[in-house]
Amino acid sequence: MQAKTDCVLEVNNLHVSFFTDRGKLRVVQNVAFNICAGETVALVGESGCGKSVTALAIMGLIEEPGIITGGQIRLKGQELVGLPLAKYQQIRGHRIGMIFQEPMTSLNPVFKIGTQIGEVLVHHSKMTEREARPEVLRLLKKVGISSPHRRIDQYPHELSGGMKQRVMIAIALACQPDILIADEPTTALDVTIQAQILRLLKQLQDDMGMAILLITHNLGVVAHFANRVVVMYAGEIAEHTDVRTLFHKPQHPYTQALLKALPIPGHERLVPIQGTVPMPLEYPSGCRFCTRCPAVMKCCPQKSPSLQKIEPCHYVACWLYQMKNAP
Amino acid sequence: MKNAPTPPLLSVRNLKKYFPISSGFFSQVSSWVKAVDDISFDIDAGETLGLVGESGCGKTTAGRVLLRLLEPTDGTIHFEGNNLLKMGSAELRRRRCQMQIIFQDPYSSLNPRMTVGNIVGEALKVHGIATGIELEQRIGKLLDRVGLSPSYRSRYPHEFSGGQRQRIGIARALALHPKFIVCDEAVSALDVSIQAQIINLLCDLQTEFNLAYLFISHDLNVVQHIAKRVAVMYVGKIVEIAPAKTLFNSPKHPYTQALIAANPIPNPSIKHEAKLLEGDVPSPVNPPAGCRFHSRCANAMEKCKNLEPPLTEFGKGEAKQLVWCHLHTSSN
Amino acid sequence: MEEQILMDEKNNLPAKLVLSETPFGEFWRIFQKDKLALLGLVTLFLLIIAALASKALTEWTVVFDPATVRLVDKFLPPLSYASELLPVEDIPRFGIYLLGTDELGRDVFARMLQGSFVSLSIGFVAVGISTFIGILLGGLAGFYGNVRFLFISVDTLIMRFTDVMLCFPTFFLILTVVALLPPSIYNIMIIIGITSWMGTTRFVRAEFLALREQDFVVAAKALGLPAWRIIFLHMVPNAIAPVLVSAIIGVASAILTESALSFLGFGVQPPYATWGNILADGKNFIFDAPWLFFIPGVAILVIVLAFNLVGEGMREALNPKLRRR
Repeated sequence: MQAKTDCVLEVNNLHVSFFTDRGKLRVVQNVAFNICAGETVALVGESGCGKSVTALAIMGLIEEPGIITGGQIRLKGQELVGLPLAKYQQIRGHRIGMIFQEPMTSLNPVFKIGTQIGEVLVHHSKMTEREARPEVLRLLKKVGISSPHRRIDQYPHELSGGMKQRVMIAIALACQPDILIADEPTTALDVTIQAQILRLLKQLQDDMGMAILLITHNLGVVAHFANRVVVMYAGEIAEHTDVRTLFHKPQHPYTQALLKALPIPGHERLVPIQGTVPMPLEYPSGCRFCTRCPAVMKCCPQKSPSLQKIEPCHYVACWLYQMKNAP
Repeated sequence: MKNAPTPPLLSVRNLKKYFPISSGFFSQVSSWVKAVDDISFDIDAGETLGLVGESGCGKTTAGRVLLRLLEPTDGTIHFEGNNLLKMGSAELRRRRCQMQIIFQDPYSSLNPRMTVGNIVGEALKVHGIATGIELEQRIGKLLDRVGLSPSYRSRYPHEFSGGQRQRIGIARALALHPKFIVCDEAVSALDVSIQAQIINLLCDLQTEFNLAYLFISHDLNVVQHIAKRVAVMYVGKIVEIAPAKTLFNSPKHPYTQALIAANPIPNPSIKHEAKLLEGDVPSPVNPPAGCRFHSRCANAMEKCKNLEPPLTEFGKGEAKQLVWCHLHTSSN
Repeated sequence: MEEQILMDEKNNLPAKLVLSETPFGEFWRIFQKDKLALLGLVTLFLLIIAALASKALTEWTVVFDPATVRLVDKFLPPLSYASELLPVEDIPRFGIYLLGTDELGRDVFARMLQGSFVSLSIGFVAVGISTFIGILLGGLAGFYGNVRFLFISVDTLIMRFTDVMLCFPTFFLILTVVALLPPSIYNIMIIIGITSWMGTTRFVRAEFLALREQDFVVAAKALGLPAWRIIFLHMVPNAIAPVLVSAIIGVASAILTESALSFLGFGVQPPYATWGNILADGKNFIFDAPWLFFIPGVAILVIVLAFNLVGEGMREALNPKLRRR
């Protein structure tokens, strides 16, 4: 991993479980990665893999019946797990910004967008509403909203989906956070709008030098936007490497299978992954991918492989590589 | 095309669907949402026509109007030579056996209170095609064909995952042996690995039963994989129809070019061009006059603002490319 | 509940989880988690048994006699023994008055029993009528809403009519009608029924409007199924949840209305006993024989509470099912 001094966010051995009346669901197991200033790390996986839960854990938004059962999350050295609510509220919106998937429902429909952006400034930077207004106008301009003087007094329903997402970005960036968590920020948007929003995020990142944690299931977005990629499957990390290596030399059978299943030019017949993602209650013992893995071996269902470094900046959790590095 | 051109399975001409917007105390009609505004295309038996576009372009409405699930405002639809719009309700219900639809949302497309067997077999029973033991056998065979165990017939939809529910929806559509299926964003709500399974299933079924598909999607990658020809829609109009490879390699309409440029391909070595589209997709309530795209088009000319672009054809036969754009009109 | 992971051997596709549950099984599992609702259900169950039995016990084979007048034994408190002066055929079963006697010496327990049947039947029949009207009107408004009839749509027609009906102060309407018509138990059932369908209509219309856009209804149309089949076999079963909840709570409301009518003297006339008119008679003696007032009052309270608890429990149990992903 990168030098510790550079790290904005460091996640170590994170475990999140949900205690329901059907049993204990180990939704996130042993997740570890870090993000440095100015870089984008993508958390990729299919539905149910635990990527959104990881993001919520970083924000401290895991609620009953879920609980962080282990691990550390450090924001620029400060430990977040177990932090009291009041302290967490100072951090959210201020040092960690978050944007969500559904711009249609993420904004409060009864408040003007100027008020909603200003709210963050008023709360964290202790400005009054009047003092915050020029700052809000500057932010609207920065996120590329035309005629900000007119828009600042409009309500969310008067804006299109793309513009609402820009407002969300403005809210998230208002206090110049160290890290921006983007949970499927463009999934609900049209392709051309998605391209605009991604370009905007890249510009803002270059300007402000902040780190971005991008959560998505769209590998096309990952290919063009992320520096490093963490692939999750059924709550665990399968592979973690930089973006080029992931697409050109993937090592984990799941990553390889996922790439073969993509409908891109050159794939005459798609190669699907047999079976379906297991539900948290039916996670197999040992490696969670073993029931669907084309390269499954006898040892796979017995014990879960740990994340092993096979190259500088390339980590894989698979028994195929553990054998070579046997102690 | 072969030597003697066979008539297309489905032929649509000048199709329009306008939704009225009522306002005022007595709900008078004040304006119209021109969801589908004069589109024309053909689909041959056994081929897949992809229909792409962004939100508000009218592709979902077009799919439903094609099956007369919504009544069109104007235009003609000929299915196997018969005019669908002139049929009475009884004949229409019989014809429905030949054209079916698969939906996007696997969670709302199955009746939560019916067993899987009933969902798949109901149409067979109602149309009098099979009853009793033969019905059960057919249901079993259909479930098997889409990759589900026939023993699932007594289970309820909520016990299945998204991909499996989509398979049930496909079994239901296949039950009546249709010739044409509208796939309305059929794989958009599925994960990549499940998407691949369903795409393969649809392709296999097409080969086995000689099905024609209208594949509606906003995902260009999926469409270029499954479709033979692709139609691009923008705010209620079709702007380009071309064979899939041609559309992706040499698109002629500026909107198609922008769409393809904006499409993220999962390969970090391929660089994106910088030609991104500005502004938002206009709403179909008050579409721009003239060419719908002129407000966002980098190549807009004076006449684009007032005159709707006519059709220009390039190429012949299977490689025919149709564009509606002033840039390409022969008089230019 | 057994856990089995079903594997399809041929294609290696495991079925999603575990318990094979019918919709009713799932409803029951969630319903029984609410202990209060369960208590309410047990109470209702006992009451219904009592009401059904009461016809047998008070009319066919007179085990408990509600009509016999025993002036000797009037105003006896609950659990008092019958007087020795009574002729043999007038002695109550077991020799004691379980809930005392009223001003005419009638056995309050027997009257309560008789009243239970009447009160419950008024409740259920009235709600049956209102639910039927509600489903019919709400279904028409929801399904055929856009069809224009002259210059006005079916939806507007039915909903404005519903709004007009809602403007009437229902209770006074009932009072007026009851005062004008000959007093009979059937008139009361009908009049309560035809003045309380408005809520159901709204629920059903709202559910139908939402359901009409659901893909499975569009799919049914695409399969060429006839309209009646789509409405009754596809839409109604999915729209029924709020109607059921409303109906259960409506029975309680109908019982209360009937009690109020009887209290005012407009309800079911003697010699039929309903809890309402026992209550009405008892109000005159509240200081001398308080049990005559409190017993029917508490009984009505318990029954209305039980219906409401069951209704709330049902609402909880039926809701997640329909909204579930």
